[in-house]
Amino acid sequence: MTFTIPIDNGDALKNAETDSQRTLYPYVTGTSIVAIKYKDGVLMASDMGGSYGSTLRYKNIERVKAIGKHSLLGASGEISDFQEILRYLDELVLNDNMWDDGNSLGPKEVHNYLTRVMYNRRNKFNPLWNTLVLGGVKNGQSYLGMVSMIGVSFEDNHVATGFGNHLARPILRDEWHADLSFEDGVKLLEKCMRVLLYRDRSAINKLQISKITEEGVTVSQPYSLKTFWEFQAFHNPTAGAQGSW
Amino acid sequence: MMDLNLDAPHSMGTTIIGVTYNGGVVLGADSRTSTGMYVANRASDKITQLTDNVYVCRSGSAADSQVVSDYVRYFLHQHTIQLGQPATVKVSANLIRMLAYNNKNMLQTGLIVGGWDKYEGGKIYGIPLGGTVVEQPFAIGGSGSSYLYGFFDQAWKENMTKEEAEQLVVKAVSLAIARDGASGGVVRTFIINSEGVTRNFYPGDKLQLWHEELEPQNSLLDILNAAGPEPMAT
Repeated sequence: MTFTIPIDNGDALKNAETDSQRTLYPYVTGTSIVAIKYKDGVLMASDMGGSYGSTLRYKNIERVKAIGKHSLLGASGEISDFQEILRYLDELVLNDNMWDDGNSLGPKEVHNYLTRVMYNRRNKFNPLWNTLVLGGVKNGQSYLGMVSMIGVSFEDNHVATGFGNHLARPILRDEWHADLSFEDGVKLLEKCMRVLLYRDRSAINKLQISKITEEGVTVSQPYSLKTFWEFQAFHNPTAGAQGSW
Repeated sequence: MMDLNLDAPHSMGTTIIGVTYNGGVVLGADSRTSTGMYVANRASDKITQLTDNVYVCRSGSAADSQVVSDYVRYFLHQHTIQLGQPATVKVSANLIRMLAYNNKNMLQTGLIVGGWDKYEGGKIYGIPLGGTVVEQPFAIGGSGSSYLYGFFDQAWKENMTKEEAEQLVVKAVSLAIARDGASGGVVRTFIINSEGVTRNFYPGDKLQLWHEELEPQNSLLDILNAAGPEPMAT
């Protein structure tokens, strides 16, 4: 996906005027978010990495945050843009609380707000470089949706961003079913996260699983997954053909 | 003939480091500023004061980092007057973030903010390209930092003493200088805690020698005049 070809004549100062109209490329990025609806609400998994190009630079970034009382927001993509979105949402929640009318923003409303923000920025060729996952529970109804940096927005029973689109979604399509228990839900997410750990270069082995139910939000402590390397085929893969891999 | 590219923008290749310890923070940096391949300034001071208790390590474009820290110093000065007490490290970091994030297309500077305030004690905030703010127990930045990720993964410990922390910083900058062409000169450190700020200066020739580095001499003549080779016995 390109927005407009950056003018690379080496003159950042002269290009600044046109460049400042659009985001060029991301710097510090988070990788996949995987989320599913389960019996009591929504479960969301993410690792704690912030990559800087190919360097795994930051290893303690929380990419899933609670929004108000009823929602959970996970983000992949540029972390500074995610931090800015959190500031926008802080203001939204503050104003909602100031009404003091007993109502509070539910996940549907937050998802809609984010969709408008992302789509309008895309129209101005200055996107927030994120794919967002919004999950929540209000009045017994579970909600799970996502918004991309170009404003594509939808709801589903299970969602995944980044590499998760390719690696996690097939697993979820096969194994997700309605009314998963908490344990089964966590196991399913861990299965997806393990595959991502094996196959996504920007994944790190330090993750958090967040849960949202009618009662509220819980973000787990950071933890690591065991990985398996003891396949016979791994021990001596080139036995049959020296020089191959 | 090598093109020195003397019209290239001044950039501080740089190695910058910020480390928290039990009671405060230690900031460290090298002192090389280059214009293309030429070393424009071999004794620059990349650790800049924002307030009495908050300093920032600058890397990337010399101009961009100077102008950002000048603006933030100006804002913090007014903020301190209005607040009636010293600004916090967090506020300083956030002001830098505002400039870095909102001008992300034009700026090319990575910064490490470090300081001490009475509410949170010693704190370090990393602000890389793009304007993300990350609070960390230690932070490294600049081109020389590439060589230090492994070193810090192994050598960093929580709750170091002031002396241990400063030694770690000096060792690290020195190692980066050894391998990064864009870093060099002297190692400057700033220690910030409840008692105030201490500056230290470690000239290049006083640093520990690393692999394949030799003891500096005044002249070959000194080596020659020292014990000459013994004649063979048989």
